[in-house]
Amino acid sequence: MRFGLRVAVPVLALLIAPFAVAAETVRWDDQVSSFNLDNGMEVVVIEDHRAPVVVHMLWYRAGAADEKPGVSGVAHFLEHLLFKATDTLESGEFSKTVAANGGSGNAFTSQDYTGYYQRVAADRLELMMQMEADRMVNLKITEADILTEREVIIEERNQRTENDPGALFGEQANAALYLNHPYGVPIIGWRHEMETLGLQDTLAYYEQFYAPNNTVLIVAGDVTPEEVKVLAQRHYGPITANPELPARARPQEPEHNAARRLVFEDARVAQPYVRRSYLAPERDSGDQKTAAALMLGAALLGDGQTSVMTQKLQFEEKSAVYATAFYRGTSLDNTQFTTVVVPVPGVSLREAEDNMDRVIQEFMDGPIDLAHLDRIKRNMRAQEIYAKDNVQGLANKFGRALTAGLTVKDILEWPDVVESVTEADIKAALSKVLEDSLSVTGWLTSDAETVK
Amino acid sequence: MNRIFYSFVTAFVLIAAPLRADVDIQEVTSPMGLKAWLVEDHTIPFMALRVGFEGGASLDRPEKRGAVNLMMALLEEGTGDLDARGFAQEVDELAASFSYNATDDSVSVSARMLSENRDQAIALLRGAMTAPNFDQSAIDRVKGQVLSGIQSDLKDPNSIASAAFDLAAFGDHPYGSDTSGTVESVTALTRDDIFKAHRDTMARDRVFISAVGDITAADLGALLDTLLADLPEIGATMPVHVDVSLEPGITVIPYETPQSVALFGHRGIKRDDPDFFAAFVANTILGGGGFESRLMTEVREKRGLTYGVQSYLAPKDHAEMVIGQLASANNRMGAAIDVIKDEWAKIAEVGVTQAELDQAKTYLTGAYPLRFDGNGPIANILVGMQMQRLSTDYVNTRNASVNAVTLEEINRLIKRVYLPDELHFTVVGQPEGL
Repeated sequence: MRFGLRVAVPVLALLIAPFAVAAETVRWDDQVSSFNLDNGMEVVVIEDHRAPVVVHMLWYRAGAADEKPGVSGVAHFLEHLLFKATDTLESGEFSKTVAANGGSGNAFTSQDYTGYYQRVAADRLELMMQMEADRMVNLKITEADILTEREVIIEERNQRTENDPGALFGEQANAALYLNHPYGVPIIGWRHEMETLGLQDTLAYYEQFYAPNNTVLIVAGDVTPEEVKVLAQRHYGPITANPELPARARPQEPEHNAARRLVFEDARVAQPYVRRSYLAPERDSGDQKTAAALMLGAALLGDGQTSVMTQKLQFEEKSAVYATAFYRGTSLDNTQFTTVVVPVPGVSLREAEDNMDRVIQEFMDGPIDLAHLDRIKRNMRAQEIYAKDNVQGLANKFGRALTAGLTVKDILEWPDVVESVTEADIKAALSKVLEDSLSVTGWLTSDAETVK
Repeated sequence: MNRIFYSFVTAFVLIAAPLRADVDIQEVTSPMGLKAWLVEDHTIPFMALRVGFEGGASLDRPEKRGAVNLMMALLEEGTGDLDARGFAQEVDELAASFSYNATDDSVSVSARMLSENRDQAIALLRGAMTAPNFDQSAIDRVKGQVLSGIQSDLKDPNSIASAAFDLAAFGDHPYGSDTSGTVESVTALTRDDIFKAHRDTMARDRVFISAVGDITAADLGALLDTLLADLPEIGATMPVHVDVSLEPGITVIPYETPQSVALFGHRGIKRDDPDFFAAFVANTILGGGGFESRLMTEVREKRGLTYGVQSYLAPKDHAEMVIGQLASANNRMGAAIDVIKDEWAKIAEVGVTQAELDQAKTYLTGAYPLRFDGNGPIANILVGMQMQRLSTDYVNTRNASVNAVTLEEINRLIKRVYLPDELHFTVVGQPEGL
């Protein structure tokens, strides 16, 4: 296992990239170009001139997994507070101005990033940049903001998590999977810590991470790299880098030596299911083949009507209402490979889990259906064409990858990496990941007595 | 610095010219007379196609609730020699994507297909739409999935609230129950019921079509005849209009969960009412749009009583409502509902200000062209416009209609739209302070 080494590559890339290619615009293809500002901000432009619209997105390379222990949820709390006052804007005026210009916008927080975006007519881009640059450094949060907005994030937790037994179950399973890495802590935060988040906690996070050398700016739509460069230099350029920006070295996972199991009981569960997660490697810069193999493995096993789990469990044996496997490789640190089986009435969770294990074992023991693998690869190539129709989706793809230690080159190479993966690569990657000792198996049920 | 910044912002708002959606809609008639709207754009080598049929799940026959929904879920389960797996493999081979949807007022099929194999994709889709097999084994399997979803809804606070609210508003009318049906009704559905649901809903007398992307008008016309000629000419009779029968006040449905959810509303305004635009602008100010609405400001921003609250106009084909929704912790729901009631009364009594009206107009007129952002989204909009009996010119006149709304007009109309004495709340949870 090489858990310890994995962050070395992305961190190095982060430190070197801004200075190595400062100010030079790289045109990667007819749609994507990139450059860096002198203060370390990385800028990517994705052109689509079909409609006079732009998406302006600022991504911080800081998310929930970058929080200090004890203040879980502070990254997301700060994301909410960025819509309060700055030196020059009143509280709420940011959103109001976006709306008054016919735009829409919002923000999002994940383990590896915090992002802010606006969709506006192309001629309003400069205003968006000016306001976004302003709140990167001029935020003025008050104690009153803290008290009110803290209630809002607690209601958000109520809505997303407390009212949904499946979400509560997922939170417990995640915490069991990660023994040491902060990915085991929910993005929204543990409730007891959210309730005590204060002004100092949010400002500490803000001052540490909100700086141009910790950002990726993505502008997508009816705009040219030349225009973006002029505007970005004008508005983001004057902001100084934070020389004390820490390296993104989160606590890493130790060796996992024991399979973990949990049963989550909640009277609100109507449809019991079994979910298994394995700790799995993520895409690494310059080394994406294992991740590509795992993604194809998940697709063969559990993506869509013709996948192995669906065909066996839903169509042939009729023991499952739904069966799936998924893997999300875009992550700074170790990610997960997950399988889920939702049994039909009369099939117990024990049987559902046994069926899942058997089908996966048969898949690993037998030959891969090459026609199936070809169909998946052909579809992925076609997705590249369809993706051009949704420039905001493309912008999101770049933002997620660039805040997870990958480069533009890695992103553009990904389809070729996927294409090059063989059935042997898939088997090899899966066999390393599908190890009991790396797994957490959870049962979600309304009545724990009946599933024993 | 401050002053410069403010003048900068002001300048941008003032020079904001009214934007128009930059789409050129052609009206296409196929050789056999099917009509479609087309936006040609050859930038990307694929086409988005949308075929919508008016009527939808409200055409479920008596005692057969859920038949139309189940039928739509079964279209992809095989046609001709292809079983479910064979059909899915063929779709994957072509890298096409087909999706099927059933709502109260329509059923629709959305497709996207590459230019390089469009004819093959259309042949496949024709099979699914006009000659589905509806094999018993597929019916049994998909029924199991639908039943699983219905069981989950019975324990989900939002679904419990919707079911109670719809029943209270519409009773026995199809709008009064969920399109999925009940455990009993779905369990009892037969293969014959599915074939009937198909004939009832997917007929040429109620079809609306749009295509956006890499296709010419001539090719589209030929394609439509291939795709849809085998559908029946006439479908089932449309449902009747129904009056909203909600009682004013608060109905609580006890359910053990930490956060209560609420649906609220009363009768509304028709889509073809001359005052619809004024009502639409009024709702943007009260509870539509984004963070700036009165409800979001008062309930969330000032008091932290919720993560989200909104209101919207719901002009369905056979009934009209004004609806809102909210979620708050059990011990705060009472306070949140009080604020909503106050805001409802305030807008009805006092109306809106010129500044609010101006701001809503800039938002709505600016946001409109941003919706036309891709072949798929444009295809959806175009079918929606046709179902509302709008002309192709609507994309050019819509913003002018919004801008034409005057303060006097909106404040006269507002008393007709917001009826504080009729406001009904359905609350699910263990709410306090009601």
